[in-house]
Amino acid sequence: MSSKSKKRSLFDPAIIQKALKDSLAKLNPAHQIRNPVMFVVEAGSALTTLLFFHAVLTGKGEASPSFILQISLWLWITVLFANFAESMAEGRGKAQADSLRKTRREVLAKRLARPKPDAEVTKTASSQLKKGDIVLVEAGDVIPMDGEVVEGVATVNESAVTGESAPVIRESGGDRSAVTGGTTVLSDWLVVRITSNPGETFLDRMISMVEGAKRQKTPNEIALDILLAGMTIIFLLVCVTLLPYSFFSVKAAGQGTPVTITVLVALLVCLIPTTIGGLLSAIGIAGMDRMIQANVIALSGRAVEAAGDVDVLLLDKTGTITLGNRQATEFIPAQGVQVDALADAAQLASLADETPEGRSIVVLAKEKYGLRARDIHTMGATFVPFTAQTRMSGVDLDGREIRKGAADSVEQYVKKQGGTFPPEIRAIVDDIAKRGATPLVVTDKARVLGVIRLNDIVKGGIKERFAEMRRMGIKTIMITGDNPLTAAAVAAEAGVDDFLAEATPEAKLKLIREYQQGGRLVAMTGDGTNDAPALAQADVAVAMNTGTQAAKEAGNLVDLDSNPTKLIQIVEIGKQLLMTRGTLTTFSIANDVAKYFAILPAAFLSIYPALGALNIMGLKTPESAVLSAVIFNALIIIFLVPLALRGVKYRPLGASVILRNNALIYGVGGLIVPFIGIKLVDMLIAALHLV
Amino acid sequence: MTGNAYLQMGLYFCVLMLLAKPLGVYMARVYEGRSSGLNRALGPVERLFYRICGINPDEEMSWKKYAGAVLLFSAAGFLFLYLLQRLQGMLPLNPQKFAGVPPDLAFNTAVSFITNTNWQSYGGETTLSYLTQMAGLGVQNFVSAASGMAVLVALIRGITRHSSETIGNYWVDLTRSTLYILIPLSLVYSLLLVSQGVVQTFSGYKTVQLAQTITYDKPKLDDKGSPVKDEKGNPVTEKAEMKEQVIPLGPAASQIAIKQLGTNGGGFFNANAAHPLENPTALSNFLEVLAILLIPAALCITFGRMVGDIRQGWALLSAMTIVLVTLMVLCTWSEQGGSPRFASFGVDQSANDLQPGGNMEGKEARFGIVNSAIWATATTAASNGSVNSMHDSYSPLGGLYPLLLIQLGEVIFGGVGSGLYGMLVMAIITVFLAGLMVGRTPEYLGKKIEMFEMKMAALVILIVNALVKVGTALGVATAAGVAGVANPGPHGFTEILYAFSSAANNNGSAFAGLSANTVFYNTALGIAMFIGRFWVIIPVLAIAGSLAKKKQVPASLGTLPTHTPLFIALLIGVILIVGALSFLPAWALGPLAEQVTAAR
Repeated sequence: MSSKSKKRSLFDPAIIQKALKDSLAKLNPAHQIRNPVMFVVEAGSALTTLLFFHAVLTGKGEASPSFILQISLWLWITVLFANFAESMAEGRGKAQADSLRKTRREVLAKRLARPKPDAEVTKTASSQLKKGDIVLVEAGDVIPMDGEVVEGVATVNESAVTGESAPVIRESGGDRSAVTGGTTVLSDWLVVRITSNPGETFLDRMISMVEGAKRQKTPNEIALDILLAGMTIIFLLVCVTLLPYSFFSVKAAGQGTPVTITVLVALLVCLIPTTIGGLLSAIGIAGMDRMIQANVIALSGRAVEAAGDVDVLLLDKTGTITLGNRQATEFIPAQGVQVDALADAAQLASLADETPEGRSIVVLAKEKYGLRARDIHTMGATFVPFTAQTRMSGVDLDGREIRKGAADSVEQYVKKQGGTFPPEIRAIVDDIAKRGATPLVVTDKARVLGVIRLNDIVKGGIKERFAEMRRMGIKTIMITGDNPLTAAAVAAEAGVDDFLAEATPEAKLKLIREYQQGGRLVAMTGDGTNDAPALAQADVAVAMNTGTQAAKEAGNLVDLDSNPTKLIQIVEIGKQLLMTRGTLTTFSIANDVAKYFAILPAAFLSIYPALGALNIMGLKTPESAVLSAVIFNALIIIFLVPLALRGVKYRPLGASVILRNNALIYGVGGLIVPFIGIKLVDMLIAALHLV
Repeated sequence: MTGNAYLQMGLYFCVLMLLAKPLGVYMARVYEGRSSGLNRALGPVERLFYRICGINPDEEMSWKKYAGAVLLFSAAGFLFLYLLQRLQGMLPLNPQKFAGVPPDLAFNTAVSFITNTNWQSYGGETTLSYLTQMAGLGVQNFVSAASGMAVLVALIRGITRHSSETIGNYWVDLTRSTLYILIPLSLVYSLLLVSQGVVQTFSGYKTVQLAQTITYDKPKLDDKGSPVKDEKGNPVTEKAEMKEQVIPLGPAASQIAIKQLGTNGGGFFNANAAHPLENPTALSNFLEVLAILLIPAALCITFGRMVGDIRQGWALLSAMTIVLVTLMVLCTWSEQGGSPRFASFGVDQSANDLQPGGNMEGKEARFGIVNSAIWATATTAASNGSVNSMHDSYSPLGGLYPLLLIQLGEVIFGGVGSGLYGMLVMAIITVFLAGLMVGRTPEYLGKKIEMFEMKMAALVILIVNALVKVGTALGVATAAGVAGVANPGPHGFTEILYAFSSAANNNGSAFAGLSANTVFYNTALGIAMFIGRFWVIIPVLAIAGSLAKKKQVPASLGTLPTHTPLFIALLIGVILIVGALSFLPAWALGPLAEQVTAAR
């Protein structure tokens, strides 16, 4: 994975400390009621506490006070463990939010009376700015709020939001006009129109999402909640009806005592799916957290979940499938120019050009025309770097002014020099463009020397990634503005399943709708304003942080790294989230079998002594059997916290293989593990003489 | 287990599967409205029927309307059946001059038959006139079965249709189920049974002189009909002598055919299929036990056909068969093992040429252990409830397996229609869990399983489960409930548990020891049967409606296949967890306590 993730240690002491404190605060029943499973446990804890006091005060308790107390304590601990898991997950989000919040400090903004850089300036606190206000931001200033560049070009350091220290260019018009509050202008100036009110900025939304303040249960989470609540009610009925059953059995057998309330509560807590119930919200929050660690901000929890379901992936060719930087493959001279002369000029113009394109030209000149690299400084040449205004680069050497750049920029340059742009060059340029490659025109002052052809290079390893996606059942579609011929060639090389050539925004939107009509879930990435409609239509829409405000508004995930292959990682995180829920549910329910074998013989031993035959674990006494089941049930929650926070590992295998593996590990494992665990706890209890 | 046991079971399942396939294909054609071979003969009848009733067969119903029609039809059936019983004394075809049935018993019986439970609180030959048997019970035997099949077909339509508001027309599904499937099959079956000596007559009961006078111990009953017990809780008996016998007759064969085929199970005679005039020969026994599972098995094939992937049907059928075969083998093994008590006296209980061995109490010597165990497990797997042996007399574990099959929710074959729609709900829950485990929003046969479906599925399992538990609690906690128990100890507990399991799951078989013809049991079990049927049908139809509205998701590599052995294993696991896990504590106080105590 190419993204740099800000790893936060799973056991950050500061987070743990805070989580411990929060776990106590979360005992508030008003909080617990949101989670029916844990609410039942808390009610059981309270009930057994009352029974304990009853036993102590009257001396006629249903069991020994120390036994009731220990059960009661462990039930409270069970609730605390679940609270702790949730707090841990929240704490990790909060830490992230805090670091984001630091970037949002109060600054004095230069508010302009009209959208002109020379207009009258009023100093205004950034918190007082409203939507529609115009501000001037100069080199060294912090951009006060989210906005749109109205005028000017500047380099901006956005590391506060993205973690990426390389500056980016922001300019009016086009796809690079959005600026984010809290970022710093490094050079030049910008006139910015504020696009959001205080408290509604992108940063604010990010913070509230990360903190989980706005976290709503996702549909899938609710569906699972319903299932868990259903099981809880069933087991509640099991335990409630067991009381009359045992009264009847005492009469029928003519011996023994009915099952105690303490044991019934213990049985109930062991049977209801506390493992998954206690970890469910932690899993959800941790899923969001993993997104954040991948430097993706989910603007809705639903999007994270939907990511796991994606069937179709629309990927932009440039930057995603091919290296955004194309490489030189051919020199095509103008009429009357030797190809060597063109290669020589192209090399000179690129020697100091550190862009990958520039370097590829030097490499081509050396490999194909034997031109060694030279040091332009010893030659007394001056390098003319690429600027946003000229859109060309080159060298000035011995009165020569060699420039290379896009055909339009060079044409302007040539005309300014008093020359003409040869029509045959225009034809070559058009031809290259038509084939999906990029033409660079090389000129020496007004004399056009020829064209460098830059071709797409498919990213290394991308083919394997797509094969992986195919195994996951995801269809990949390449979107490109190229003509079908080139598109087909690149598609074949990259190994995508399909492509959309000569894609217009309408064509993209139509394609997404078609797939959705067919019942598929579509994901796409985009950054431009013209991507916005398609992003809004897609089920999972990843907007690049470098993209326009419109694109960011339309997306439901924002990638701070602006790395289009991130989608693949997002899909994995989405799947991981669901899998963690599923496997822990299975584990939780499978555990019940062993707990039955621990508690049932203990509960009914006095009525039917022969039922001792069911005590296959050979637990010491009825009390220790019940207690060890309860302790195991509490401990397993805390043991599984790391798994809940990290998520079950996802491997791109077929659905059947994953299911088989998980069913074996968590289903069969869930059957066996508690037998061992309860036995061990029982041995410990016996050794410590706890009951 | 004896070699004979393997042979009998092998033969049973071979013939069952051989017949299920063509019948399943035929039924699919019937429900899809395609030519089924009987159209020429029955088509005019069908159309005439629609004209008379003012039904437009092309009118489609939303799920709510469909559910409304089911309820309306059942309510009408209940009212008719209740009044018929109450008024039978004044009506014709009553050669034995039976008086009207008491209100609580009439309520229980009416609910029992409209819900396809066919729990028998009454004794057929001592309570009901021929008219009540035929026009009341006989009619409901057909239509309650057809109603279950209709609901299943509606659910299948919900799965196959997409972006649709409707799930078919109840009246058409009901009519077609009856006319094209149940009536022709019953006709063939009745004739086969008559050929074996099952009676079919309108003449009154015959009194015959016994060749030998018989003296026997008769349990003493109090004025309420409950057994009188001594201070130790054992029933009090008195000596009685018998010189002649009344042989009950009646139009039995026609009734028996449909009660077996339609998973009804309410016998014409009180002894049900253990009665020699209801089940006279080895062949009639085979035919009748075959009929129990025939339609439920074939409906799996119908399902596969209708969803366009026959493997899906086979997968469900395999899951059912695996569970049934396992429990059938266990039951036979347990019964052939005999009783540990006898073993302690040194009694030889092994099977040999001179004796069948094992536990023969409550079994017909004509059928032996194997055919009794096959019947006992088949009848509880399907919600049939007819018996050819008395489950009450089985060994504790031998009796647990039929109880377990009922408590699994009647989804192992289950009732005609109702078994498969219950199974589909289980499949939905399985798919949900499996989907989570592979990291994908679950889908079944191209339909996404979401919040609403899970809500309804949870209701289905919750309601029936709660009915059994709360009902049993009422039974053991009230004096009226405890009064009906004949046997002391854990066995008495099992009797009450069995009764409520049987009623809530619409099975209808009984652990015979319980005297259930009391106001308490008639009312409580009646309510359990009612809720257990209709509060399942409504959520099932709601699922059908919701699925029909959804878009079809095309399968991809990421889709979990639902026809593989892995899925079948998982489905069985879910069925066991949902059905069995929550009953374990109750078993511990019933059959398990009895077994371990006896084994000591």
